Amino acid sequence: MKITQGTFSFLPPLTDEEIRAQLEYSLQQGWAIGIEYTDDPHPRNYYWEMWGNPMFDLRDAAGILTEINECRKAHAQTYIRINAFDSTRGFETTRLSFIVNRPSEEPGFQLKRHEVDGRHIQYTIESYATQRPEGRRYG
Amino acid sequence: MSESALSRDGEASTPSAHPAQVDLAALLADSQVGEVLDELDRELIGLKPVKARIRDIAALLLIERARKQIGLAAGSPSLHMSFTGNPGTGKTTVALRMAQILHRLGYVRKGHLVAVTRDDLVGQYIGHTAPKTKEILKKAMGGVLFIDEAYYLYRPENERDYGQEAIEILLQVMENQRDDLVVILAGYRDRMEVFFRSNPGMSSRIAHHIDFPDYAPPELEAIAERMLEGMQYTLSPSGLAALREYIPLRMGQPHFANARSIRNALDRARLRQATRLIAQAGGGEITREELMTIEGVDLRASRVFG
Repeated sequence: MKITQGTFSFLPPLTDEEIRAQLEYSLQQGWAIGIEYTDDPHPRNYYWEMWGNPMFDLRDAAGILTEINECRKAHAQTYIRINAFDSTRGFETTRLSFIVNRPSEEPGFQLKRHEVDGRHIQYTIESYATQRPEGRRYG
Repeated sequence: MSESALSRDGEASTPSAHPAQVDLAALLADSQVGEVLDELDRELIGLKPVKARIRDIAALLLIERARKQIGLAAGSPSLHMSFTGNPGTGKTTVALRMAQILHRLGYVRKGHLVAVTRDDLVGQYIGHTAPKTKEILKKAMGGVLFIDEAYYLYRPENERDYGQEAIEILLQVMENQRDDLVVILAGYRDRMEVFFRSNPGMSSRIAHHIDFPDYAPPELEAIAERMLEGMQYTLSPSGLAALREYIPLRMGQPHFANARSIRNALDRARLRQATRLIAQAGGGEITREELMTIEGVDLRASRVFG
């Protein structure tokens, strides 16, 4: 099951050229770019691992693409996303966020039913991937 | 559409997807590089060999562009450079212009200049250097990275120096990401030669070694006049005579730094002029003329005449 989230969740995966174009746009807006990765695909997992510090004061997307490729090399079987931070309001607001890398196999989610208060049912989802320990979830 | 029309269309496009000739004049006008080169000629005094080399590079890039349009093989040339010369010969100024020219010619995408020294590249402890160097490189992507006094990167007397690490990262990027940035190393001639001799990898990756000659006295005089013009001052005839005497005297002194020394001399002359004007006028009226003029006495008070 292909997990989607972020700004371009409705589109097929972006090519490197398209990623570069988005990064160029972000830099034109004066946003800082951060790269993050995770192997916990739960949609409520907001806090991904940071790949280095967010990058400030860049003029060209080439440096960011280099970092993305470094991250892909080191964490091929994880989700990697780009966050663009806007500081105009005095704090770094995420203005753009999209996935640039995903594991080759995504096993999807299990729907869990939890009976409470008699026959009342609470639903929750759990990724099959997270049934294995961190770092060994995707191949 | 009829069959014949189809085949005719097909024929027309097959012989060459590229035009057989390119309008060089249009390319030149389009890039506006002529403007930058003329500006360089106008605003920078002397530096003949430097200007000639920059013209050569501009011509090469323009021809590369024309070749690409015609469909000939156009490998992007390596444009890393080293600027050697004594202090105050205009290395930083020319680097700034170089970034503009390369941008106009489409060789670099953004055309900004990131000027750094050893401190910006080399870290204090193990593992500090690589991220620091990489961050600077990322900032310079799409533009020109200007490393002033580059020989400080390499300190042979200390074998645990982290400078070597910075050099290696730099070399790798200079080789693999030639399209993304241009590196310019600058410094004194003799020390740069030693640096290149001990880092043959660096030397072989730099295609253009440009030497900045010292200025001759008339050129320094022209530079002084250009600087004063920019600050809205003028030299009185006695001031000009004093300057003409001052320049050779200053050149004979230690630590002569070409245009920079001239700038400092002018700054000191302005100080003396201000003191003189206040002493003279003593609270009275003062004319625009007087405020603008640097007299011979302002320059002659310098210690080089002593």
